[in-house]
Amino acid sequence: MKREDLLHTGAHKINNALGQVMLARRMGKKRIIAETGAGQHGVATATVCALFGLECVVYMGEEDMRRQELNVFRMRLLGAEVRGVNSGSATLKDAINEAMRDWVTNVRTTFYILGSALGSHPYPTMVRDFQRVISKEMKRQILEHEGRLPDVIVACVGGGSNAIGAFYEFLPEANVALIGVEAGGRGMALGEHAARFAPNGGGVPGVLQGTYSYVLQNDAGQVAATHSVSAGLDYASVGPEHAMLHDSGRATYTSATDDEALEATKVLSRTEGIIPALESAHAIAEAIKLAPKMGKDKIMIVNVSGRGDKDIGILTRELDLSGDVTRKVSA
Amino acid sequence: MAINFSKKPGLVIYFTAGDPDLETTREMALAAIDHGADVIELGVPFSDPLADGPVIQRASERAVAKGTRLADVLVICKEIRAARPEAGIILFSYLNPVMRFGMEAFAKAAKDAGADGVLLTDMIVEEAEEYLKLMHANGLAPVFLAAPTSPDARLKAIAENSQGFVYAISRVGITGTQTELASDAKGLVERIRKFTKLPIALGFGVSTPEHVRAVVEFADAAVVGSAIVALIEKTPAEEAPRAVGEFVRSLCGGVKTA
Ligand SMILES: Cc1ncc(COP(=O)(O)O)c(C=O)c1O
Repeated sequence: MKREDLLHTGAHKINNALGQVMLARRMGKKRIIAETGAGQHGVATATVCALFGLECVVYMGEEDMRRQELNVFRMRLLGAEVRGVNSGSATLKDAINEAMRDWVTNVRTTFYILGSALGSHPYPTMVRDFQRVISKEMKRQILEHEGRLPDVIVACVGGGSNAIGAFYEFLPEANVALIGVEAGGRGMALGEHAARFAPNGGGVPGVLQGTYSYVLQNDAGQVAATHSVSAGLDYASVGPEHAMLHDSGRATYTSATDDEALEATKVLSRTEGIIPALESAHAIAEAIKLAPKMGKDKIMIVNVSGRGDKDIGILTRELDLSGDVTRKVSA
Repeated sequence: MAINFSKKPGLVIYFTAGDPDLETTREMALAAIDHGADVIELGVPFSDPLADGPVIQRASERAVAKGTRLADVLVICKEIRAARPEAGIILFSYLNPVMRFGMEAFAKAAKDAGADGVLLTDMIVEEAEEYLKLMHANGLAPVFLAAPTSPDARLKAIAENSQGFVYAISRVGITGTQTELASDAKGLVERIRKFTKLPIALGFGVSTPEHVRAVVEFADAAVVGSAIVALIEKTPAEEAPRAVGEFVRSLCGGVKTA
């Protein structure tokens, strides 16, 4: 496991927030805005703004504010203003719309710290470059420990930042399989998932929020609602570099359902003592499916993009653990 | 059928098609033309109107909820063209519905529907090669947006690749009504003039007859969108065409002069 959950603020998002805030400072911008889905990017942005004494406004869908309540409080504690967005399905896409509207209106004073490898140029490449440290560390560490490159890398894909960061240094290494895991939600009907690359019921190429990529949409070109138990994967489009990797076949994309992610959360918690973010749990779910098909001598790295503290509220509702004893030590 | 601002003041009127319904949009467009609009912008409603403020967002949401499609907007475009052969008509859309329709199929259908030109908000001039070819092949005028933050090199590219007119954005930001006209506006129009002899229309925030009068002092036309859409929002459908006609007449200051 690549432990991005151990980073300060609890997810890979801080890699990117730190990089972009340095740029904002260099450009002399005093006001920072951001969007957030799961709240991890909002918390990361609020954190770097606290560190550098910058004004911070975070846009968040009201549905996400409800389900990631703890992160809303963390952002406020860090001194950020959280603005609820209730248009559309009141999730990540709608928060990005509102952040972009703020940005174009206040662009002379404001820097937009976008949280994933999407949006208009240069965000997809800039965010990727700030997240690239994930695969740099992976490569160095696996060579130190195992003396060879891994066979498989697995990462969850919301907008795609932790996955592109985990894949990037391995792109030229043709023997390293790259697997992105999208949110399979409650099923493959449009509106029930966020599996943009699904062969049936997935997205088609289009333009959303300044990016040409796969977009979940109806046949009139209206962007579809999405669903995932994890707010961070609940988005109708996906970073354009993933679209390229999908089309070239260099990476493959699969999905895990809500139920599989919840089960994977439980399994990882109980076997490793690590409570993963629900987003990361989608990658864990794929690892659980894949591992039995691989030889004992094979190496798989799963990117644990964040920790699960933020999800305890959802987990309390979704998992019934009463009377659920898993380990007994015999006398 | 042409884009022509020779009568003063030049006026472009925007509608979100399908709000409150397609038939009313058509009747409102005809009323606007009859009361002084030189060009009608027929807006295809989109689920994620990034460049729009709350007024047009709400209108888009209503029109999308009614199931309004690009194909429907093309139908009323054709009807408006048949009824008013001299009026200028621009199809206005975000890129995604057009890409889903198919860019080439769209260009042909727009021509067939009698449109004079096309404005795609999120089509940037730097990525427009294919689009421009299709516009030219079908005799449609591509209209690009120019912002106060655009550097001269970008304004030049926008001006050189636009036809019909250049759409100057009066301020940094999104669409919406406002009480005072931005001070950025005049400077932008002057900067664009260095690069083109095309008429320049100024929009975003142009809301009142006073604004229109002030705009046409330095630009060739004013674009009024959110103020029209807000009026439609608060007017019952059956009264909307008459209300729009009256408002457009007031925007022109009563009569247009040659
Ligand atoms: C822990 C965690 N993992 C993954 C994601 C998904 O984003 P991305 O695909 O950009 O890594 C998020 C987003 O909120 C997150 O918080």
